[in-house]
Amino acid sequence: MATSLITDEMKKLVGVPWPSQVYKVEEGAIRRYAQAIDDPNPLYNDAAYAARSKHGRLMCPPGFAGWPEGGERLLGIEVCEAMINAGAPPRPLDGGIEFEFMLPVGAGDTLTETTTITDIHERKTKSGKALFVQAEFVYVNSAGETAMKSAATYIYR
Amino acid sequence: MSQQVYYEDINVGEVLPPLPKVATTQMLVRWAGAIGDDNPLHYESTFATEQGVGETIVHGSLKRAWLGQLLTDWLGEYGELLKFSCQYRGIDYPRKMKSMSEPQDGETWWCRGKVKRKYEENGYHLVDCRIWVENGKKEKTTIGSAVAALPSRNP
Repeated sequence: MATSLITDEMKKLVGVPWPSQVYKVEEGAIRRYAQAIDDPNPLYNDAAYAARSKHGRLMCPPGFAGWPEGGERLLGIEVCEAMINAGAPPRPLDGGIEFEFMLPVGAGDTLTETTTITDIHERKTKSGKALFVQAEFVYVNSAGETAMKSAATYIYR
Repeated sequence: MSQQVYYEDINVGEVLPPLPKVATTQMLVRWAGAIGDDNPLHYESTFATEQGVGETIVHGSLKRAWLGQLLTDWLGEYGELLKFSCQYRGIDYPRKMKSMSEPQDGETWWCRGKVKRKYEENGYHLVDCRIWVENGKKEKTTIGSAVAALPSRNP
């Protein structure tokens, strides 16, 4: 009988939220992001321009939520390492991501990010059996409103 | 920035203005710093080889960010991105650097998109788009979709 890639330790991680991280959205971080991808959009680079725009402030490119204020590692990386420690094949790759944007995110925002592994399953791929892990990330602003959600897929082979 | 696009201006089948990008080892370093992704898969060759990808690879998230720009450039200040998804189907390798600021010759990636549907729902004027990143061999290494709301000339 073929051995499953799914261990009991992994199953215990499903549905259990990680400790939340608090993200502060700062102008410098937004600019760094835009500069890293060579995006000259003034809404992300020029505070004076952004102040005159409909948003009234420097805005985040879609999917960016600033930096964790405690300097913590990305929750996505924590998820990857926890899965490997629970016995996942040790070669993870980013499989993809889905975002839902409910509210604009920009400079001055404080977001609380919570992550939860929502699904683990095995799949046959071209290079053999692999583990597909889905994790959900939820970003809530200081008014208690959900600003953004994402579902990321990680592949372990 | 280019002129604001309106719902009435868009036709199904319309192609988004394509966006060229050049991934270099230097861009990968800036990206890692900008989002806090310290995975050695993207900066250490030995680790990347042991991980079975041969050489350091472009972050999937970087390609995702490029596609974000493809959309936000087109949507303008008054368009709103509501949903966005992409899958990293192929591995991409960054160009190495020739000097401190110039990359070696190599491939250019193109971010492209097409409008698949336009419709009104709950008072919003919406468009569904297919988006993708093509590498230098015209292979679609990242594919995805987006839903956006556009401003209307007849609100």
